[in-house]
Amino acid sequence: MPITINDTPHELPDDPRVSLLDFLRHHAGLTGTKKGCDHGQCGACTVLVNGMRINSCLSLAVMHDGDSVTTIEGLGTPDAPSALQKAFVEHDGYQCGYCTPGQICSATAMMQEIANGWPSDASDDLEGPIKPSADEIRERMSGNLCRCGAYANIVAAIAEVAAEDAQ
Amino acid sequence: MKPFRYSRPDSLDHAGQLTSDADARAIAGGTNLIDLMKLQVETPQQLVDINTLSLGEIADAENGGLSIGALATNTATAAHPRVRSDYPVLARAILAGATQQLRNKATTGGNLCQRTRCYYFTNIDQPCNKREPGSGCGAIDGIARLHAVLGTSPHCIATYPGDMAVAMAALDATVQIIGPAGERSVPVRDFHRLPGDTPEKDNVLEAGEVITAVTLPAPVGGKQLYRKVRERSSYAFALVSVAAVVEMDGGRIARADLAFGGLAHKPWHDPRLSELLVGEEPTAALFDKAADLLLEDAQGYGENDFKIPLARRALAATLAEATGAEL
Repeated sequence: MPITINDTPHELPDDPRVSLLDFLRHHAGLTGTKKGCDHGQCGACTVLVNGMRINSCLSLAVMHDGDSVTTIEGLGTPDAPSALQKAFVEHDGYQCGYCTPGQICSATAMMQEIANGWPSDASDDLEGPIKPSADEIRERMSGNLCRCGAYANIVAAIAEVAAEDAQ
Repeated sequence: MKPFRYSRPDSLDHAGQLTSDADARAIAGGTNLIDLMKLQVETPQQLVDINTLSLGEIADAENGGLSIGALATNTATAAHPRVRSDYPVLARAILAGATQQLRNKATTGGNLCQRTRCYYFTNIDQPCNKREPGSGCGAIDGIARLHAVLGTSPHCIATYPGDMAVAMAALDATVQIIGPAGERSVPVRDFHRLPGDTPEKDNVLEAGEVITAVTLPAPVGGKQLYRKVRERSSYAFALVSVAAVVEMDGGRIARADLAFGGLAHKPWHDPRLSELLVGEEPTAALFDKAADLLLEDAQGYGENDFKIPLARRALAATLAEATGAEL
């Protein structure tokens, strides 16, 4: 079975060493997803696989037979940005922009996780409803580093969209 | 990354056959193994992708317990309604580890089998008896901030890095294993090994054996806590962690099942602590006696000396929170 990336099917690579990240960038030509550390520490390579966020650097492309992958290119376009893409622009949620695709993919999945009621380390109650507070957002986004340190604006962008979602 | 063959077993037996080769490695989430393969710390000839096996279920077990499949993701386990309500120490431990991206891929079996984060182990230019037996231990006289203070050997002072297994040790969970000799069950408390003179062996899993599930016993009452002390408030390994399942009865401690992370080559469980604490009134002096017992053989290696007083304070703070005692 092929892998589907942003609704387009692709054949898997012959070499099992190809990471999902390298497959997206070099084989599928989708360079929005970024390589930062290549060791699962920085989150720049975050993509959605069957709706769940993962580090694409720590996954082999051949292990994604039949999976559906969404990258930053699949979330929106310059003419029709997603709510998070728009909020990052409006709040200046970046400086150099290198971590931004990973931040936005990660935050997109985070919205669904909160909607599912999944707790985090910052949740006071494991079983209660989740409020997307700044503490919750910081904890849930701790897998995405921003070397420019635009965190305050990243949190503001995500908080705005989370508040809209909650209404 | 060194070249390898990639295969997908079609049954548990087949997985056992494929992984019985010393140069083969089973892969599930891959968050640790792929990283180590990039660093050439792990150089398997064959990668056996066990994700084809149906081992992801989380289901009620006999006698009121809960069975967590080997391929259940850390995310699925921490979000499971029964884990949240009946085994909160396990949900808390999982959520205190790694990041959401990693927990979405990391599995029960893979998390148990994750390797140490010792800097000498992950750097192939350094000596390490765990990676290359006989090459020496760089950490003993080197950078040892993350390292063990209990159960070390002259050959290895690495720590088991995980959080999930520490909670499972406190809960006295059992690892279910299938292999060439049939099925067997090993308490989580006995699954990981001390380094001794064979630090290359992290745990008791033999070649060709595959973890199928971890079984939690029936839930008990009282309080369950996971206290993790780390360098950053998120996404950092434990310097010291304490998993506690504590019940009170009439002002006295009726149960105190404790396990510790960051102190040893395995989740550390000392049955003498429970014997000391149960039946007693919770006081700061009692907690201090428990710490004396826990740490009587503790040995620091310079940079990690701080872990000994830190473990004492973490234990006291956890017991105080669990029992309501004043420190």
